[in-house]
Amino acid sequence: MSDNIIEIKKLNKWYGDFHVLKDINLNVKKGEIIVVCGPSGSGKSTLIRCINRLEEFQEGSIVVDGIELVDDVKKIKAIREEVAMVFQHFNLFPHLTILDNLTLAPTWVKKMPKKQANELAMKYLTRVNIAEQANKYPNQLSGGQQQRVAIARSLCKSPKIMLFDEPTSALDPEMVAEVLDVMIELAKDGRTMVCVTHEMGFAKKVADRIIFMDAGQIVEENTPENFFKNPESDRLKLFLEQILSH
Amino acid sequence: MAVYSKVEQRRAPSNTKGILHWLRDNLFSTPLNVALTALGIAILFWVIPPFVKWAYTDANFAGSTREDCSGGGACWVFVRMKIDMFMYGFYPSAERWRINTVYGFFFIMMVLFKYLKSASLKILLAHVYFIVGYFLVSGGFFGLEHVPTDKWGGLMLTIVVAAVGIVAAFPLGVILALGRASHLPIIRSISVTYIEFIRGVPLITILFMSSIILPLFFPEGVTFDKLLRALIGIAMFEAAYIAENIRGGLQSIPKGQYEAADAIGLSYWQKMGLVILPQALKVAIPNLVGVSIALFQDTTLVMIIGLFDLLAMVRLSAADSYWLGYETEGYVFVTFIFWFFCYSMSNFSQKLEKRFNTNLR
Repeated sequence: MSDNIIEIKKLNKWYGDFHVLKDINLNVKKGEIIVVCGPSGSGKSTLIRCINRLEEFQEGSIVVDGIELVDDVKKIKAIREEVAMVFQHFNLFPHLTILDNLTLAPTWVKKMPKKQANELAMKYLTRVNIAEQANKYPNQLSGGQQQRVAIARSLCKSPKIMLFDEPTSALDPEMVAEVLDVMIELAKDGRTMVCVTHEMGFAKKVADRIIFMDAGQIVEENTPENFFKNPESDRLKLFLEQILSH
Repeated sequence: MAVYSKVEQRRAPSNTKGILHWLRDNLFSTPLNVALTALGIAILFWVIPPFVKWAYTDANFAGSTREDCSGGGACWVFVRMKIDMFMYGFYPSAERWRINTVYGFFFIMMVLFKYLKSASLKILLAHVYFIVGYFLVSGGFFGLEHVPTDKWGGLMLTIVVAAVGIVAAFPLGVILALGRASHLPIIRSISVTYIEFIRGVPLITILFMSSIILPLFFPEGVTFDKLLRALIGIAMFEAAYIAENIRGGLQSIPKGQYEAADAIGLSYWQKMGLVILPQALKVAIPNLVGVSIALFQDTTLVMIIGLFDLLAMVRLSAADSYWLGYETEGYVFVTFIFWFFCYSMSNFSQKLEKRFNTNLR
């Protein structure tokens, strides 16, 4: 039980009267890479946004690395220090240079000296192959470059868990590959990753488990191999048929 | 099917550039525009020559008495003889160097601002400037004669009221804007009530309240400087408008910015101070400068509570029986001064926008 880094039990969430998440149970082991997929509106983004408390929920419990997620500023802060998130629309801070985007959290949250923070930032920028852009502003970069910066920014917190919320769906087709390459490279680190994505090739390659969601609930959970070859539920069969037909 | 070879870049054709092309495009593109251009030129011909004739050709500049105004045009002698009144009000002549020193410090500070990198150092410098400026102008220490605020006047008072009004209103405005955007119902309703109340009342009313009604609530014998009361009133008034402009800026910031700031673990104040406000203020610059320009002009209202700002000094001087009949010159002069300050602020705003523009391509 204790090797679960994320434990979600009986999670229910409503937007007004709309039941978005229904009885979600999900355990993620340390170092595991989970891909969450499903049709749009199925609640997959909402689910991972609950994990770092960007969304509140009404019923159930989420425990992240032994910290129960409750309405307590200190606990939310503690969880956010361990969980990093990469967004669909990058959400870089446009008024700061790339370097300042990366050093913001280390200097203000971890109170790291400026010099050390800069070194750390350059290390991760190098890792995502974008060190030469450090002094530019986000709007001067292409979408793929911005998303790689966003990944580097979340790495700067040295998070135990990384959440990816459709990181490639706002990108031009030519730029998807460069971001996926970085993510595949990251997957080798042994860090826990939860990715909401439609990139089935990526899922096949790196996922330990694939979760299929529809209409607010988990419909099927399978190994990548069986997920594509022997899907069990009819809903998943239909989904795969539709996305693989072209 | 076909394959196409690469096309090299070349310059835009030269007949799309140049002054003639600009004239044709902007002034004479359609018959209506030709007519409007002609009308515009006619109006300029009708207005400018008489004004130049009055203000320059037929005007008198030299001399020191009424008798020197013989040209039939403007008599700038009046402005020249009264300029000290316009600039310093009743501030004692022997002490006016103190005000000039504060002006001088301002330019030194502006030069330093150009070369200083650290924002916190700039803020510290500005605070020191305001404190030093206050002690220099007010006096009462180090052998400097104390000059009570009822002797302050003219352009110097206008600047004091505008500068203190804007600077003091700004932090309050930021807090009110954040309060209005807050999720906490009590804080939000206090902010909304304050803003809507103040915005529903004219500045004149607030000035009257602060100068006449407020003292009624003080215990007997307690007096409270009239200028300070007016400044507090103005700062409270401006804060509501500044808050609304900043709120406009806050609403233009996408939700993703808040989420990203939350996700990297910033606290509420860090999120607001480091991520949201810098962007919101940037968006609000044109409106904030608009408020500042409006306030600079509104300072003339302090006349009605017995403070003598630039406009009031001109009125007073024009009522001097020796110089009767020269108020036009005085008002033209005031117009020019106000235009100069407002135009400078407007220019400054455009510089700021350029400087903070990170939306580069």
